[in-house]
Amino acid sequence: MPADSPLLSVRSLSKRFGAVVALDSIDLDVSPGSIHALMGENGAGKSTLIRCLMGAVRRDGGTVLFEGTACDPASPRHAEAAGLSTVFQEVGLIPHMSVAENITLGRESRRWGLIDRREARARARRALARLGLTIDVDQELGGCSIALQQLVAIARALDVSARLLILDEPTSSLDRRETAELFAVLRRLRDEGVGIIFVTHFLEQVYQLCDRITVLRDGAHVVTRDTRDLPRPQLIAAMLGRTPAAPGASVTSAAPADAAPLLRATGLRRRESIEHADLTIPRGAAVGLAGLLGSGRSELARMLFGIDRPQGGRIELNGETFSPRSPRDAIARGIALTPENRKSDGIVPNLSVRENIVLALQARRGVLRSLSRREQDAIADEFIARLGIKTPHREAPISTLSGGNQQKALLARWLAANPALLILDEPTRGIDIGAKQEIESLIRGLINGGAGVLFISSELSELVRACSRIVVLKDRRTIGELRAPGLSEEHILEAIAAHA
Amino acid sequence: MPEPRRASLPPLLWPLAALALLLCFNFLFTPGFFSVEFRDGRLVGTLIDILNHSSKVAIVAVGMTLVIATGGVDLSVGAVVAICGAVAATLAQRAPMPVIVLAALGAGLAAGLCNGLLVTRLRLQPIVATLVLMVAGRGVAQLITDGLIITFERPALVAVANRSLLALPIPVWIAVGIAALAAAFTRRTAAGMLIEAVGDNDRACRYSGVNESRLRLGVYAFCGLCAGVAGLIECSYIKAADANNAGLFLELDAILAAIIGGTALAGGRFSIAGSLTGALLIQALTKTMYMHDVSADVAPLPKGLAVLAVCILQAPRVKTSLARWAGGRA
Amino acid sequence: MKRTPHARHLPLLVTASLVLLVFIAGALVYPRFASFGVVRNLMVDNAFLAVAAVGATFVILSGAIDLSIGSVMAFTSILLATLIEQHGWHPLAAIAFAVIVGGAFGLAQGLIIQAFELPAFLVTLAGMFIARGGAFLVHPQSLGIKHPFVADVLNERLSLVLPVGPHGVTIPLLVDIALLAIAAAAVVLSFTRLGRNVYAVGDHEQGAMLMGLNIRATRLSVFTISGLCSALAGVVFTLYQQSGDPAACKGLELDAIAAVVIGGTLLRGGIGSVLGSSLGVLLLGLIQTIVTFQGNLNSWWTKIVVGFLVLAFVALQRRFTR
Repeated sequence: MPADSPLLSVRSLSKRFGAVVALDSIDLDVSPGSIHALMGENGAGKSTLIRCLMGAVRRDGGTVLFEGTACDPASPRHAEAAGLSTVFQEVGLIPHMSVAENITLGRESRRWGLIDRREARARARRALARLGLTIDVDQELGGCSIALQQLVAIARALDVSARLLILDEPTSSLDRRETAELFAVLRRLRDEGVGIIFVTHFLEQVYQLCDRITVLRDGAHVVTRDTRDLPRPQLIAAMLGRTPAAPGASVTSAAPADAAPLLRATGLRRRESIEHADLTIPRGAAVGLAGLLGSGRSELARMLFGIDRPQGGRIELNGETFSPRSPRDAIARGIALTPENRKSDGIVPNLSVRENIVLALQARRGVLRSLSRREQDAIADEFIARLGIKTPHREAPISTLSGGNQQKALLARWLAANPALLILDEPTRGIDIGAKQEIESLIRGLINGGAGVLFISSELSELVRACSRIVVLKDRRTIGELRAPGLSEEHILEAIAAHA
Repeated sequence: MPEPRRASLPPLLWPLAALALLLCFNFLFTPGFFSVEFRDGRLVGTLIDILNHSSKVAIVAVGMTLVIATGGVDLSVGAVVAICGAVAATLAQRAPMPVIVLAALGAGLAAGLCNGLLVTRLRLQPIVATLVLMVAGRGVAQLITDGLIITFERPALVAVANRSLLALPIPVWIAVGIAALAAAFTRRTAAGMLIEAVGDNDRACRYSGVNESRLRLGVYAFCGLCAGVAGLIECSYIKAADANNAGLFLELDAILAAIIGGTALAGGRFSIAGSLTGALLIQALTKTMYMHDVSADVAPLPKGLAVLAVCILQAPRVKTSLARWAGGRA
Repeated sequence: MKRTPHARHLPLLVTASLVLLVFIAGALVYPRFASFGVVRNLMVDNAFLAVAAVGATFVILSGAIDLSIGSVMAFTSILLATLIEQHGWHPLAAIAFAVIVGGAFGLAQGLIIQAFELPAFLVTLAGMFIARGGAFLVHPQSLGIKHPFVADVLNERLSLVLPVGPHGVTIPLLVDIALLAIAAAAVVLSFTRLGRNVYAVGDHEQGAMLMGLNIRATRLSVFTISGLCSALAGVVFTLYQQSGDPAACKGLELDAIAAVVIGGTLLRGGIGSVLGSSLGVLLLGLIQTIVTFQGNLNSWWTKIVVGFLVLAFVALQRRFTR
């Protein structure tokens, strides 16, 4: 194989699930001895691409050449045998087994039909040595740090002599020091000639580590460029599907203090989720939360709503210290959240639209002070009409509604409870244009009623339209606040790109 | 993308159809099955027997239905029946009747609270949590009876299961009463909706402020209470407490009745009327087998097969393909 | 989070110390407790429970549960007696057949669990009923086995006489079967891919899948092994009683599960050992022996103590494994 020919060569790979095109004619070349970043927002098709390459799902069309020969694995096991390995972010290994077992599990050397444990340990040590690690291979994996577990997973891949290593968001639960250690190992492997596909949403890590970048958006290939030829603004623009900002626009980075805000959070942090976040939400205003995927938007929302407890910093609500221990605490103080994952965290699928709408209000009143059926019907009918929820009947199971109408019903659940602060985490994802506009006008209605809104969205145009200020998050830190006037998509992009 | 509409049949239809089928079979092949006489101010006959004997399962099934609706299960009900029977029988000869009843029901409630606390506070899986009492419960019952089968002659206590009221055996009225009470409480208050919501998606409920652990604690306590009532009836019926055999395999019957009645094993929608029908169906099946000379010892075999069949029909996979089939024909 | 090293072995250590402690306490309180006879009886009386616990260990390690154990034992025992006494089978042929039937029963349960994605506890609960009813269908009462091969060869000639104590101690074949089953299971669990897969599947099914392990085959094997062990336990029980009984072993699955849990196996799966389960059986047997020696204590104390031990161990494990 000539040195300059690619290790992996993907041509017009396509995959559809039913009517949905998940991957549309993707091209990708990875050279041996290089680190290739694969980037994109939610729904871009990164994980589908990985699953196609690993044989976890069958592609519909296109060719894949690995080391010059056609590569069409029937399962991840076959892909591993061919020399492709994937390290998943957290769920790859068996916590209560030893490091050595985790490296050799499923392909142990055997003598007389029995597992040769000494050989397994030796193999594990050899694989770890290639990463420059000498650790006790008999220790239990679950007792190791997440960073070390990642390295063990890489060692497992090397144990089957992987020539192409796919790392799926390996750094999302690592701190800075651990990330640096991981990068040292990856550079070492690159220098040995291993090709690496590095999936991440941490912008700066891409510039630290990767040689080339491929960006996918909505299942399509957007751009592939050497890292030095793709400056940050252009990368962000490619990911979000915008034209890059014209330089020179003014960005406010520090927010002046408000007199009596509804909520003020300072210095919030929590391991593996937020490094540092400051946030102020005034009464009767919508604050947007902008940032790329993985920048910590949802994590911040979870803390404010009492799902996760911050490990540092403080939250003030109406000037009083507020430390919610559960969503119930937060709800009791008038905070509401529509979660990012509508299906698993939001709707109660087999219950009717009516029951889903009255759920939060009923929960607050308790079991015994129940709403009469007539009150429930009235509330449900009111919101079905006000929000334009398209449902055959208020008694239809909510799972039979379209995504947009489910989302509106979730909004109705909280509007019925009349919250002082409503946190909307990606409320418009996967819903049609009309529903999006209705949700935006709802937000305006809430603000006019004096409530505060925290609006999280990947669609910058939406944030700009709906919010009077936008807090920008990057790599799990708040990096600044933009205020109207002077709010535009370009300013947000620039803020994300500028902050290195 | 619109999701496919599910073919939804009224949940009561299946068990009622099965019951009707079984009655048809008996009408044709079991002589005397439908003969009911009025004797000494009460109705007598096979059908009345079925009603009478299904009441115990029905009562436990009401509690079990609510537990299953939250996504849990209570394996300890059989042992709790034994405990409560033992408590009642021990007090039978020396305490006033209200004390006997309160003590037996209290024991059931306490057992249910124990299960509920293990599930909500220690966060044990329901199977594990209730397994503990399933193991230890019969020991506790034997401890109370001192390992003996305690017999008694207390007329008031014996009357509970052996006398009739308005022509029907008292246990039937108790079962109807408990079911009506449970149905009224869950449907008149928000309890029913919140229980179904917790069983359907507990995370969404937590994020909506539902106090799911108190709700779970409540249903386990109620299930224990139901087992207490069943224990009282059982010991009254045999005029004795048998710590080894009281309520034996009752947990399976109760789970079966709930599932037949349309309550999903994974939690969610429940139907108390369905569970009552399920309990009736089980007892009718048992009685039919007895009348066709299937011995009581062999009876678990067809019952076990019935459990499997019902579970397989209720399995999500089978359900969706059935629905697709029905939808394709509609 | 930093874990105490080898915290997962703690329950096993606790069990071992409890076994020792209870034995020493018994020896101090009751004369004639610390004798070869008592130890021998402990092993003979609990041999069938030990074999059943071996099967339960596999199932529980994989994160599932099998409630059909006791009924399958009863079914095997009455099937064995009927085949030998009424159909003139040779005992060895009957034993082989019965064990195969048990394995097939376990496999069938596993297949139903897999194919319809039903909870294991429910399917095996139904299996418990089917096997119990089936046992009575085979023969409605208990049936003594008078075949000379069983009495003379299996129970007499194949017994080991250990040269200890004044008259020597006879170890019957059924104890050897139990010890062999434990040893074989220990080897399978520690030194074969199947064994390691059982741990992996029980510990972290998602991870095991991503590692390319065959989860389906592992789960099916586990239920088959449990069926085989239940049947073998039924054989041991039949040798012990020299009769088959369709009503035998009611609730024995609970004892087996309790022994497994007390032996330090996590009910959620992934952690534990067959050695621990054997210690659990031993502890259960010792408690029973003490209760018998005490005389005025009654047998139900065993159940209560076992229930509390199970609760204590479940709580202990929650504390130390996350």
